[in-house]
Amino acid sequence: MFDLDRWREIFQSINKNRLRSVMSGFTVAFAILLFTLLFGVVNGLSNSFKGAFVDDAQNVMFVRVWKTSKPYKGMQKDRRIQLKNEDLDFVKNTYEDKIQHLTARVYKNVSISYKTKQDNYSLRAVHPDHQFLEKTIMDEGRYINERDIRNKSKVLVIGRLVKEDIFGEKPALGKRVNVSGISYKIVGIFSDAGGDNEERLTYMPITTAQMLYGNNDYISQINIGYNPKLSLNEAVAFGNKIERDLRKKLDIHPDDQSALSVRNMAELNKNVGVLMLTLYFIVLFIGSGTLIAGIIGISNIMIFVIKERTKEFGIRKALGAQPASIIGMVVQESVLITTIAGYLGLSLGTYILSLIGDSWEKDYFIKDPSVSQGIVIGATIVLITSGLIAGYVPAKRAAKIKPIEALRAD
Amino acid sequence: MIQIKNLHKSYPIGKDSLHVLKGIDLHIKEGEFVSIMGSSGSGKSTLLNIVGLLDGHDEGDYYLDGQLIENLDEKKAAILRNKFLGFVFQSFNLISYKTALENVALPLYYKGMNRKERLKIAMEYLDKVELKDWANHLPSELSGGQKQRVAIARALVTNPKVVLADEPTGALDSTTSNSVMDLLKGINDEGMTVFVITHEEEIAALTDRIVRLKDGVIISDEVTLKKAKAV
Repeated sequence: MFDLDRWREIFQSINKNRLRSVMSGFTVAFAILLFTLLFGVVNGLSNSFKGAFVDDAQNVMFVRVWKTSKPYKGMQKDRRIQLKNEDLDFVKNTYEDKIQHLTARVYKNVSISYKTKQDNYSLRAVHPDHQFLEKTIMDEGRYINERDIRNKSKVLVIGRLVKEDIFGEKPALGKRVNVSGISYKIVGIFSDAGGDNEERLTYMPITTAQMLYGNNDYISQINIGYNPKLSLNEAVAFGNKIERDLRKKLDIHPDDQSALSVRNMAELNKNVGVLMLTLYFIVLFIGSGTLIAGIIGISNIMIFVIKERTKEFGIRKALGAQPASIIGMVVQESVLITTIAGYLGLSLGTYILSLIGDSWEKDYFIKDPSVSQGIVIGATIVLITSGLIAGYVPAKRAAKIKPIEALRAD
Repeated sequence: MIQIKNLHKSYPIGKDSLHVLKGIDLHIKEGEFVSIMGSSGSGKSTLLNIVGLLDGHDEGDYYLDGQLIENLDEKKAAILRNKFLGFVFQSFNLISYKTALENVALPLYYKGMNRKERLKIAMEYLDKVELKDWANHLPSELSGGQKQRVAIARALVTNPKVVLADEPTGALDSTTSNSVMDLLKGINDEGMTVFVITHEEEIAALTDRIVRLKDGVIISDEVTLKKAKAV
């Protein structure tokens, strides 16, 4: 393949016919540029979607209640719905095999003070399983455990930023703080991938909160981590079933979204998955369309080029050029142009994508747009192949023409 | 060198076919300087194309340097052309984007010679046609006579057995024509077989033997006075 003289011939031919070389190169470069940009942008979208969900576990659903919006069984609308411990137990007992983690949540706003420092924080009173559903990372100490629940211990697990606010650089583990007048021991400090707001939270055992703040068995929300073995469709169905059963149990109209709703990550994931798949298909369609247009473009130019050079080929043949040498020359030239032009397009595309980087994340929901190694290699193979085909077909025909006919051509 | 027996050739034109060569018998020995005379349509170009392996024949035998030419594919024909034949065309047929030197060196490229050697040999042949100073000029910068001399150098560079010239002076004025014919004569004097096709009496008269062709048959084959005198 590496024949210095052959390359010299090709470079001479390209160099002496710059316009047509640039023209044919441009078509390919442009096609590849578009392809790269499109793919990169969709990858960026996909990255953003994935990033949005790293915070919480993927196999989660949240049961939330509010006021009824429809009258039901003789009851007026605007009735306030309250979840209680028995509802949690109902979920736990009814769907045991489909549930991996289960926790209730009670929300409170509290004021935490230590020595002279004092500030207000959001508090979540939870079960131990909450750690897995929220993907809470323990930096120091431990999370809420079953014994805390049983004993209604006065313990706190505080966020990294809460610790920083109150204790600064000093150790906080084991210290006692005052939460709205009651003394609690800090047993753990956590961090969370979900960002600053999630690290400014404080957790306590749900039983402690129920006893001290209202002395009732109310809960604000139920979080369910379903068995990861469930398929997306099964998980969606499971969520719908819980929704139906709880509405029935709490005497809520079956269609009353406002009174009780289950926010199911499975459903969300499914929708995002479908959306991404659709986007990829669209891009694949448009991308391959542009590529094909580029290939057709270069084929057309090659046909024209070969027609223009028929006489030259005739001369070469009269001087002793074998058909294979003519085909080889044209194909090599075509492959060279497509490969170089394609690579220019590809590099320009990846360069533009790297310039965009993360700067579009806020405005366009596009994070780190880029193309994978596989796409780059695939596109290169397509380019070389298309260069081969674009050159070979017309060259083969040109090489077949008898030299005397070729010489007559003008 | 060239031996042709009962050669026939027709070209299809639509459903009919045009019978161009109707049984040609011709024997050209090594070192001859022959011209084929004939008006257009007489079949002389067809004969040259067949002799030059640029086209096949339908019937009859053709021996080139004792080798029977039959069932040639493009590849074999290319090798034989490169080895045995040198072409000079009416319209020069130089490659426009190559310099005079590169044009002359091209047949050697197809022979597989390395670049350094072929440029050296090409330069020797350019010198022979007195165009050494024009070696690095493109064809567009040369006059018609100069172009034809480059073409002749290119035809000679592989040291072929036969030089085939198709109306070599057809595009030139009479002074230049004469100098081109002198050049061909000089080559012939060195022992090369030269085969010229022309429709001009004056040009044919400068060769040693004139074969006249009309309507696809040879009507006369005579040694010119000049040659006769010399003998």
